[in-house]
Amino acid sequence: MISLEHYLTVAAFLFVTGIFGIFLNRKNVIVILMSVELMLLAVNINLVAFSAFLGDLTGQVFTMFVLTVAAAEAAIGLAILVSFFRNRGTIAVDDVNVMKG
Amino acid sequence: MTITVLAFYIFALVTLTAGLFTVLSRNPVHSVLWLILSFFSTAGLFVLLGAEFVAMLLVIVYVGAVAVLFLFVVMMLDVDFAELRGGLTKYMPLGLLFGVILLVELGLILGHWSFAPEAAQARAAVTPLASDTHNTAALGQLIYTQYIFLFQIAGLILFVAMIGAIVLTMRHRPDIKRQVVLEQLFRDPDAAMELVDVKPGQGLGP
Repeated sequence: MISLEHYLTVAAFLFVTGIFGIFLNRKNVIVILMSVELMLLAVNINLVAFSAFLGDLTGQVFTMFVLTVAAAEAAIGLAILVSFFRNRGTIAVDDVNVMKG
Repeated sequence: MTITVLAFYIFALVTLTAGLFTVLSRNPVHSVLWLILSFFSTAGLFVLLGAEFVAMLLVIVYVGAVAVLFLFVVMMLDVDFAELRGGLTKYMPLGLLFGVILLVELGLILGHWSFAPEAAQARAAVTPLASDTHNTAALGQLIYTQYIFLFQIAGLILFVAMIGAIVLTMRHRPDIKRQVVLEQLFRDPDAAMELVDVKPGQGLGP
């Protein structure tokens, strides 16, 4: 039978994959954003798994709010990326130092 | 092995594999496609958990909107992605180190935790029986009563994000010609046209 630990393990592996992706693609902002989405997905798996196994619907409500914030974050992040690319012609993270005093 | 257990292992394996390939794949378009696969199989996991509404939300919002947004941006930006992957082997050991450390820590937690005895009494909104209420209806009952304020705030966040994205990406280019409908509508036909009596052999102008 599938227990709560199974789901938590999947979420833990997914979260670590997201962090690994941030370390691995340090120059590519798009893949970094995708890694952040993976980490948020892992959080969602945790919330829904606890919600289901504890019999408390609140976890699923908060999954929706996490989803909202993730969507807003992706939209704003990609918009910043597009306008940055227009100004500088690159999306390498190392070059993002315009505001450095 | 029942079908539920089998489905769980398939979905979990696909989720993790797709997540790993999202991070590892060379082409960002492939990354987005792996990400979409990961979202889909996570939605499958949610269905297995009995959270149908969140699962459908994941498919609609994540696959239908966020991942497609990523796909648009990846295809729109003309970037040399091979160059961006330059330091891949350099960062691999550090990333693996941090990943393993974090995984070990999470494993330690997973091995030694249990629900508190009073956890069952502390539930904020007990899930109704599946035979009584559908998951979507139960969530709606909760969102529109107890969490209505947070729900409205979530809508506000999305609204601000929409306006922010529009403000960030809209640009006015002064060097191009564009149609101005009002100018066209208020154009005076009399001033726009002039009748000239051209004498033979002389032509117009100085």
